Amino acid sequence: MASITLEGLKKTYSGDVHAVKGIDLQIEDGEFVVLVGPSGCGKSTLLRMVAGLETITEGTLKIGDRVVNKLEPAERDIAMVFQNYALYPHMTVYNNLAYGLKNRGFNKEDIEKRVRIAAKMLEIEEFLERKPRKLSGGQRQRVAMGRALVREPAAFLFDEPLSNLDAKLRVQMRVEIKQLQRRLKTTSLYVTHDQLEAMTLGDRLVVLNAGQIEQVGTPMEIYARPASMFVAGFIGSPAMNMLPVDYLNEQGANGLLDNLPDGTDVVGIRPDDMHLAPPTAPHLIVDSTLALFEAAGAESHLYVTLADSDQPTVIRVSGQPPVAEGETLRFFVTRDALHPFNSATGKRTGD
Amino acid sequence: MQTKRMTYPGRFLPYALLAPQVIVTLIFFIWPAGQALYQSLLREDAFGLRSTFVGLENFARLFRDGSYVNSLSVTVVFAVGTTLLSMTVALLLASTVNRMIRSRSTYTTLLVWPYAIAPALAGVLWWFIFNPSIGIVPYMLEMVGYQWNHRNSGSDAMLLVIFAAAWKQISYNFLFFLAGLQSIPQSLIEAASIDGASPTKRFWTIIFPLLTPTTFFLLVVNVVYAMFDTFAIIHATTAGGPAQATNILVYKVYADGFVGLNLGSSAAQSVILMVIVVALTMIQFRFIERRVNY
Repeated sequence: MASITLEGLKKTYSGDVHAVKGIDLQIEDGEFVVLVGPSGCGKSTLLRMVAGLETITEGTLKIGDRVVNKLEPAERDIAMVFQNYALYPHMTVYNNLAYGLKNRGFNKEDIEKRVRIAAKMLEIEEFLERKPRKLSGGQRQRVAMGRALVREPAAFLFDEPLSNLDAKLRVQMRVEIKQLQRRLKTTSLYVTHDQLEAMTLGDRLVVLNAGQIEQVGTPMEIYARPASMFVAGFIGSPAMNMLPVDYLNEQGANGLLDNLPDGTDVVGIRPDDMHLAPPTAPHLIVDSTLALFEAAGAESHLYVTLADSDQPTVIRVSGQPPVAEGETLRFFVTRDALHPFNSATGKRTGD
Repeated sequence: MQTKRMTYPGRFLPYALLAPQVIVTLIFFIWPAGQALYQSLLREDAFGLRSTFVGLENFARLFRDGSYVNSLSVTVVFAVGTTLLSMTVALLLASTVNRMIRSRSTYTTLLVWPYAIAPALAGVLWWFIFNPSIGIVPYMLEMVGYQWNHRNSGSDAMLLVIFAAAWKQISYNFLFFLAGLQSIPQSLIEAASIDGASPTKRFWTIIFPLLTPTTFFLLVVNVVYAMFDTFAIIHATTAGGPAQATNILVYKVYADGFVGLNLGSSAAQSVILMVIVVALTMIQFRFIERRVNY
């Protein structure tokens, strides 16, 4: 159990490729922090730097009170779950779990005890004598988790552990990882590119873009108040719609946009904040043509083309409204659903 | 594996398509092998005028003959020595090159060169290096007080042919080991290092076991190489001497048959070699069938 502190962490490849450009982050003891961002944003590199698999070009990394910049991965007291599980194919599940303990000089009884406890916790007891290739994806995933937790490390590092599973299993394993972490209260750092996974798993999210932190906060904080247009577009699905303020004024805003913060030239509107029926609060009115109707069961996505604009826009409504493609749709947005941004800086403008 | 079943309109076409392969096999493999088998049962008189059928007498004589038994043990020492030396060095080189990133292809290319050298030339090369009068190695060995002379020391001669034969095979082994190493996912090594295994321990507990299929394949290939493809090296360096010390089976077949003109005995020796090759091949196929043993 320990906190993890990143101070000005940088990674530079071959002189001029800046993969990670100075990350400051404090992960509290027992916290579950998710690093989320598009591919190539440096999130895996950052995790591997914490693990000790990549060298740190600049900055300080502390696990607990120890500076671990120069320590070998084994000396950092961390465990990692890999995207491809990285199970040792020539060893039985038992030996996969025991390998790390054997290397650390645990005696036979201790190893046996710890492996049994971990296997029971993950419900893989019946597979202990099998080789990994005889296991299904979900079972392999459990073994990989087991290998991490038998050692009772100070921190778990997860590198997109669910991305090789099918959709159904992914949801199931997501829940299990969350429950396990709640029970063990081990500090965890989890990397994913899937915003839904990030939202549901993390105590806190760190949204990364191009090697820098865009925003840190609880999932709901980030969802409710994205700090930049990037975060706004990345968190939440379908993505937030971005409409220029000038355009909305042209469509007749009834003075509703007059008191936006200084510098605002774009407003973001979540697809579920665009209503087909007029709300009681003061609202904007925008006309559009329905280009594509996508029914997803409990909800529907309406891809519309705005009047006098080629801005692609998505509306999410519950159920299945009686609309047809090609029909003209009028939708309504209240003032408090607007997220004000400046398109030049990409940042949120107060509010 | 799914095989596609072809149907041919007549009977003639499939046989015609098979014929070239069958003819080549018959003329170049089955016929000579049959000849050897037949010859091994005959004895020719000293002038090559008459042959008499002697049954298995040629084989019986071989095993009573001290020089043949000596040749067998020389072959074992030579094959084991060559295989171990070339595979160890190749594995060492492959693991070193595998760590490199930018210079990897350069090293790989350079290390493959010896394979392109003809065996006889490789032999001559090493013969020069180890030449007792003009070679550089005996000169250096003399400085540390060792008198190298493969012309009269049997063990020196054996070392020389092992060096020459192993050196030529290192390239081949190196390529296979490098490919084997590169097929081991990097994340396994990383997982092991997080699991607290030192580089040496990682090598012996993760990398080496995962290389088993490659290692076994190379083991058989190398033994076959050392036993059958090293004629030119022996011929160019020691010619089997001194005092039969490097007279391996293949070389003895040649020496007895074409120099000694004892065709019956030579043929019997070929037959024994044939049996050994068949046995080695069978071991290899057996293993390949279940080579994915993890």
